[in-house]
Amino acid sequence: MNEIQREKLVKGLLYAAVGLSIVILPIIVVWVTANGLGAINLEFLTGRPYRFEYGGIYPQIIGSVYLVSLCTLLGGPLGIASAIYLAEYAPDNVVTRTVRFFTETLAGMPSIVIGLFGLQFLVYFLKLKTSLLAGAVSLSFMMLPWTIRASEEAIKVVPQEYREASLAMGATKWQTILRVVLPAAVPGIVTGVLLGMGKAMGETAVVWLTAGSGLEAFVPRTLRSPTGSLPMYIYLLATQGHTAEGMQNAFGASLVLLVMFLAMSVSALLIRNHYLRRLG
Amino acid sequence: MRTGDVVSKILFLCASLSAVIVFLITAFLLREGIKVLTPGFLLGLTWSPHRGLFGIFPTIVGTLCVVAGAVVIATAIGIPSAIFLSEFSPFWVRNIIKSSVEVIVGIPSVVIGFFGLTVLVPFIRNQVGGRGESILAGWIVLAFMILPNLITIAEDSLRAVPRSYREASLALGATKWQTVRNVVLPSASSGIRAALVLGVGRAMGETMAVLMVVGNPETPWIPTGVLDRVRMLTSTIAIEFSYAEWGSTHQHALFAIGVVLFFMVTVLNFIATFVIRRKNIQ
Repeated sequence: MNEIQREKLVKGLLYAAVGLSIVILPIIVVWVTANGLGAINLEFLTGRPYRFEYGGIYPQIIGSVYLVSLCTLLGGPLGIASAIYLAEYAPDNVVTRTVRFFTETLAGMPSIVIGLFGLQFLVYFLKLKTSLLAGAVSLSFMMLPWTIRASEEAIKVVPQEYREASLAMGATKWQTILRVVLPAAVPGIVTGVLLGMGKAMGETAVVWLTAGSGLEAFVPRTLRSPTGSLPMYIYLLATQGHTAEGMQNAFGASLVLLVMFLAMSVSALLIRNHYLRRLG
Repeated sequence: MRTGDVVSKILFLCASLSAVIVFLITAFLLREGIKVLTPGFLLGLTWSPHRGLFGIFPTIVGTLCVVAGAVVIATAIGIPSAIFLSEFSPFWVRNIIKSSVEVIVGIPSVVIGFFGLTVLVPFIRNQVGGRGESILAGWIVLAFMILPNLITIAEDSLRAVPRSYREASLALGATKWQTVRNVVLPSASSGIRAALVLGVGRAMGETMAVLMVVGNPETPWIPTGVLDRVRMLTSTIAIEFSYAEWGSTHQHALFAIGVVLFFMVTVLNFIATFVIRRKNIQ
């Protein structure tokens, strides 16, 4: 076999590998849609769960939306502020490197460990109980490092000339960041935050330990109310459901969760693509 | 000027919040877990909360078995994918695949676990044997969970290899594949190794998807084959915390498992960031 044939073979193998690594996406989408579409009707989307596996998932949908919104409200601004510091202010010294290391550590932290911490610190120590607030704060611990990473990246790609032009006109550093750098970085930051929201929406282990059992029949009324969520609901029905109806509902909830997740991820990528095209 | 100083101080406080959270996590886990964290806990062969026996050795072995297999599978698929994306793909193909990979990272793990439970597990039960819930099922599910991150990090380190290296090799008459094998891959090797180490850490911490397919026997044993059911460190915490009595040894033991997990993952992160990447710079 000569080098040119070998190159063809290698290329074929590489194509196969890359196909294998993304094939999971269409498989999951088609499988969930095929099995879940039958469960979707107005009653399912607006009703409450009863007797474990019967009824609808309205409280779970709203619970997931509340959890993710509150988590974004907490984790988003803090993450963006941290990213501004790391990208624009941080001197290259031991303190900065330590801060970075801890950010990476938090990013790699197993979700179940964050859940345990949330349970111990928020639910018991700060007496928040298993609640919307405890769940959202725990989720924001996960989301924080993702937001920092994405926002820092977005801030760093803003061309240096933008800053120089603004500083040359007499603007202070903070004015430059606020009026020039951040507006240019917004699409990248929004993309990062939306991707983070999508991941937070599907997170199960954390909300299991901190937010609620998953089958709550009521929409949370206060920050201290236990809150059901779609991932928990799916987990419970998938592993402990006994009837055909329970299975059907698990598929229906999976479809709803997947649609919400894809809506966030795909819009995130569309925003970035649009922005990249404008730049290029 | 003064506003600038205040602003930078406030921003610094925000940035150190991650460090504060990690510190609090360490403190709280240790406070609850330290009492049971003994050699007998780590090396004990029996986990049976009813009898007051808390040994996690079989669980550690089970976790390592599942993680090792998953990382091998993910490497076999992920590294070639990264090479393809960085070296062989036209711009538009790369764009589509990168976007898909970014979406895949976030697919709710519970949905992948559900797929594993209703499709993969019965398939293994009928075609391969055993109960279906097994190390083998864990390998496959976990490999797909860690694949996207592995591809992203490996591809970044391949693309960080300067263009001039490739041009020099091609100018000498090497084919593209020869260039990749002999020039690009060796230059990127430390980044790829870092990606693998981070992948091991991520695999260890994955909870939901794996939990749903590995079986989680009541009393875990040291696995002897790929069709054995096992328990993961993560799934033990997830399954048992809800019925562990508050303040009991059982509950402290679950926190101690949290400490073990935290420790393993942090050491792996440390190796990836400081040891491997620093070598690259020098």
